[in-house]
Amino acid sequence: MNINMTLIGQMIAFAIFVWFCMKYVWPPITQALNERQQRIQDGLEEADRARAELHKANEQAEETLRESREEAARILEKTRSRANQMIEEARNDARAEGERMIANARSEIDSEIQQAKGELRAQVATLAIQGAERILESSIDEKKHREMVDRLAEEL
Amino acid sequence: MAGNAPTSTEYITHHLQNLTFGLHPDNGWSFAHGAEEAREMGFWAINVDTMGWSIATGLLFLWLFRYLARTVTNGVPSGLQNALEMVFEFSNGIIRTSFSGHSKMVGPLALTLFCWIFFMNSLKWLPIDLVPQIAHKLGIEYMRIVPTSDPNATLGMGFAIFLLIIYYSIRNKGFSGFAKELSFRPFNHWALIPFNLVLELVVLIVKPISLGLRLFGNMFAGEVIFIMISLLPFWAMWVLDVPWAIFHILVITLQAFIFAVLSVVYLSACFEEH
Repeated sequence: MNINMTLIGQMIAFAIFVWFCMKYVWPPITQALNERQQRIQDGLEEADRARAELHKANEQAEETLRESREEAARILEKTRSRANQMIEEARNDARAEGERMIANARSEIDSEIQQAKGELRAQVATLAIQGAERILESSIDEKKHREMVDRLAEEL
Repeated sequence: MAGNAPTSTEYITHHLQNLTFGLHPDNGWSFAHGAEEAREMGFWAINVDTMGWSIATGLLFLWLFRYLARTVTNGVPSGLQNALEMVFEFSNGIIRTSFSGHSKMVGPLALTLFCWIFFMNSLKWLPIDLVPQIAHKLGIEYMRIVPTSDPNATLGMGFAIFLLIIYYSIRNKGFSGFAKELSFRPFNHWALIPFNLVLELVVLIVKPISLGLRLFGNMFAGEVIFIMISLLPFWAMWVLDVPWAIFHILVITLQAFIFAVLSVVYLSACFEEH
């Protein structure tokens, strides 16, 4: 257990080991570990960014959904009012048409009544004159009495 | 275990003797037979077992981390890569918390120290007689497999750190800056320069010695206890052996960690501006 050359041998061995470690072991490992650290850091940042983007996209989707819902409601409302309007218009048209037809029919009836009245008047006048002739047996001046009878017929 | 039925003393001293190769005054270049001869060889001898096992564990460490360096991806790690990256991150954490300067060397240094010392200490978990017995069968007389229980190894690493402290101090502060730091601390007065110098030099030299001796002391004491335990009858050994080995999970890791952290802290002081 005395001190001898082993001391120096150990120093040399130690120096060589440290040198080898410094030259061939340490640099590649630290480099790889630093790269890994960088990658992990990048990955975490990427994840954060992706999360933020997802949040934004969700908000956007919600916004779009709300807008389209409103749009749909608006369209529906418009359609409904338009339909009501059309129904109203159709009803009005129908009513007008009906009234017009009723008016037509009424005027036709009126004219027919007038015509019938005229005919009746004519016939009544004739009949009256014939009746009177038969009663008076040609004692009557036809011209003179026709005027009178016509006036009479007009009063009918 | 040399010879037949050694006494307890022989058994212990045998286990505590390194396989030393050196120039013996009488026998020339040879392996030492016993502690006496090893001592006679003086400084110019080498503990072959310490060097061999420390280099083997060092190569194991380098091979493992070279494998990591080659296969490492910046994607998802798996299996062994995961485990090695954990160790890597651990030693990187030591740097982050204890080192304030910028250096390309201190990171690899901390990783090497922690892993290498951990592997060297781990050899203690091998059964105390296993490797020496195999070596004995192969004709090798002595075999201490835990390099960190040899003060040569721990002090060697300590002095390597010491040289680095000197080097980085001079490089970062200049020779005059370093000298000034030694002369004017802790008492900033010219009359106290000799006193400061003595104090600071002691502080400086104590750093590597304390590093080396702390690790050596822990590992040596642990080894001695293991040897003591193996003197018990074989059926009673596990009662003490198992708890002691489990306890060493803590000791082995902790000592490796302490060595690495203190080295980094000492080196960090060389990069600080005052």
